[in-house]
Amino acid sequence: MTDRDQSHALLRQMLMIRRFEEKCAELYQAEKIRGFLHLYIGEEAVAAGVISALQPDDAVVATYREHGHALALGVDAGRIMAEMYGNVEGVSMGRGGSMHLFDAGKNLYGGNAIVGGGLPLAVGFGLADRMQDRNNVTAVFFGEGAVAEGEFHEAMNLAALWHLPVLFCCENNLYAMGTALDRAQTQTRLTLRAASYEMPAWEVDGMDVEVVAEAAGNAVQSIRGGGGPHFLELRTYRFRAHSMFDPELYRDKSEVEEWKHSDPIAAYRARLEEADLLAPEEWDQMEAEVMVEVRAAVDFAEAGTLEPIEDLKRFVHTEEVVR
Amino acid sequence: MTVIDSRDATVTLTYREAVREAIRDAMLQDDRVFLMGEDVGRYGGCYAVSKGLIDEFGEERIRDTPLSESGFVGAGIGAALGGMRPIVEVMTVNFSLLALDQIVNTAALLLHMSGGQFNVPIVIRMATGAGRQLAAQHSHSLEGWYAHVPGLKVVAPATIEDARWMLSTALADPDPVIMFEHAAMYGMSGEMAVDAGPVDINTARVRRIGEDVTIVTHGGSLWKSLEAADALAGRGISAEVLDLRSLRPLDTDAIIGSVAKTHRLVVVDEGWKTAGLSAEIVALVTEHAMWELDAPVRRVCGIEVPIPYAKHLEEASIPQVEGIVAAVHDVVGS
Repeated sequence: MTDRDQSHALLRQMLMIRRFEEKCAELYQAEKIRGFLHLYIGEEAVAAGVISALQPDDAVVATYREHGHALALGVDAGRIMAEMYGNVEGVSMGRGGSMHLFDAGKNLYGGNAIVGGGLPLAVGFGLADRMQDRNNVTAVFFGEGAVAEGEFHEAMNLAALWHLPVLFCCENNLYAMGTALDRAQTQTRLTLRAASYEMPAWEVDGMDVEVVAEAAGNAVQSIRGGGGPHFLELRTYRFRAHSMFDPELYRDKSEVEEWKHSDPIAAYRARLEEADLLAPEEWDQMEAEVMVEVRAAVDFAEAGTLEPIEDLKRFVHTEEVVR
Repeated sequence: MTVIDSRDATVTLTYREAVREAIRDAMLQDDRVFLMGEDVGRYGGCYAVSKGLIDEFGEERIRDTPLSESGFVGAGIGAALGGMRPIVEVMTVNFSLLALDQIVNTAALLLHMSGGQFNVPIVIRMATGAGRQLAAQHSHSLEGWYAHVPGLKVVAPATIEDARWMLSTALADPDPVIMFEHAAMYGMSGEMAVDAGPVDINTARVRRIGEDVTIVTHGGSLWKSLEAADALAGRGISAEVLDLRSLRPLDTDAIIGSVAKTHRLVVVDEGWKTAGLSAEIVALVTEHAMWELDAPVRRVCGIEVPIPYAKHLEEASIPQVEGIVAAVHDVVGS
């Protein structure tokens, strides 16, 4: 990929996710954000790369570590931040929080906090698209921990059996919370799991945004062309703790530091600069613009309001028949 | 095969045929409707409910699934979100425990959790209940578990008319509806008015008017309760039988209204007592109509054991007509 604008867009997207989440961590310490907060820092190339390959009508199903996916889909950063503040202006009106970001306008269907729970849903989207002759693709993100869940296997089998337009994106960050992949699963080559469902599958360097974008682009093109479901194992690493409560007893600091040498943002920036595709002042400008956006998001959340308690019982059932 | 009786304009059909006609009609009315589940297609349905439908509608719309309850229930939820109107058949409530995550953590929660953005218009049908010597893992009555969960609507058609006409209302509902069909009723035959039409799925119905005691029940226990009421009438006791129809929401007004009239209550539920549906009904009555009661309430429920295989033990473990009659005698003091 040598297109300057495309490269800048990918870099900027990753940077936005990074700076937004660094701010989230600060705001968590300041007790503005509560509950669980799972940061995507280190994994930005995955969401930015895969989502760059999707079209606006495509659906995305994500996990509880989904700030990056929401931002990459173009969900308003202020409304994401407001959601974490528990404000009514939030994307889910403050009913979801960090783990349950939804946006109908961007086809973001969560924000699922049951590991593996989103996978069958994605199969359903694929089925609905096929039955209604829509040429959409559904991208479902899940961690390598989900591969141990029955729902993973049920969903993979159904999608392959019915030849549905679903892109399975396994974000392999090596740890299911604190349990390393090789301590939890007998077959650690995850693409072999996909192969057992006769699904095309690739191992992808999830720290290189261009590699991710290209792999996703190829997969999406094949799926849209009637190629059935595809599987990407995106090898990545979480630089921060699993959640804000995690003391990180299960991995060495040296391992984390080693992975930081492959920081997807720093590496991509260096590569673009080396290829004369990014001038230092362009980077500075990008940083400045991103910080303005992050600040605007915080300002929006700070100015937010709380939903009246009288509205507590809303949305248990649909208020207006939408049929 | 349905037989039309021209004299009183009723049709006679089985419960199974009624459900099949409901599905068939829904498929004809709306292209978005499809049926999905284990053995619903070529096999014709475990209980033969969908027999023949695959020939009429094809494999896409009468969709056989692998044995992946969580997978295909979740796929149904996704399809509903994607604009379809799926009817998902889970063979029995026992197997639905494998799909509990999707039903409770996704279908029931999504609308609220997304701040009202995503409703889930799915109907999940399943057989429930004991009585056919299928032993512990095929005999559960867990309707009460589902009725516990905000975000779900739970119905239990007990009559031919409800079996035929609840489905279209459930499909028109924008939110998830769980439909329980008592397995012992599929072969039951009954009359239905030819001009019957869609029915609501949120109210109870008095199936027999009475003065001395209210029997609140649902599903397969309705017919045992009516039989008990017949027997009691012969002994001078007039029992009112209230068929809940909807287990969530519960028709509190109908329950209270009947108890306020008869001043006595017996609850019949094949499910277990502890923390069960019957407990909720009694609690509602004590909250809303405590001083209407002239006698302590009685519950006739599943005995708190796993349902055994041996016929005499199975019969002893679920409500029977004699037990209902005895409970009524107890509360009316006769």
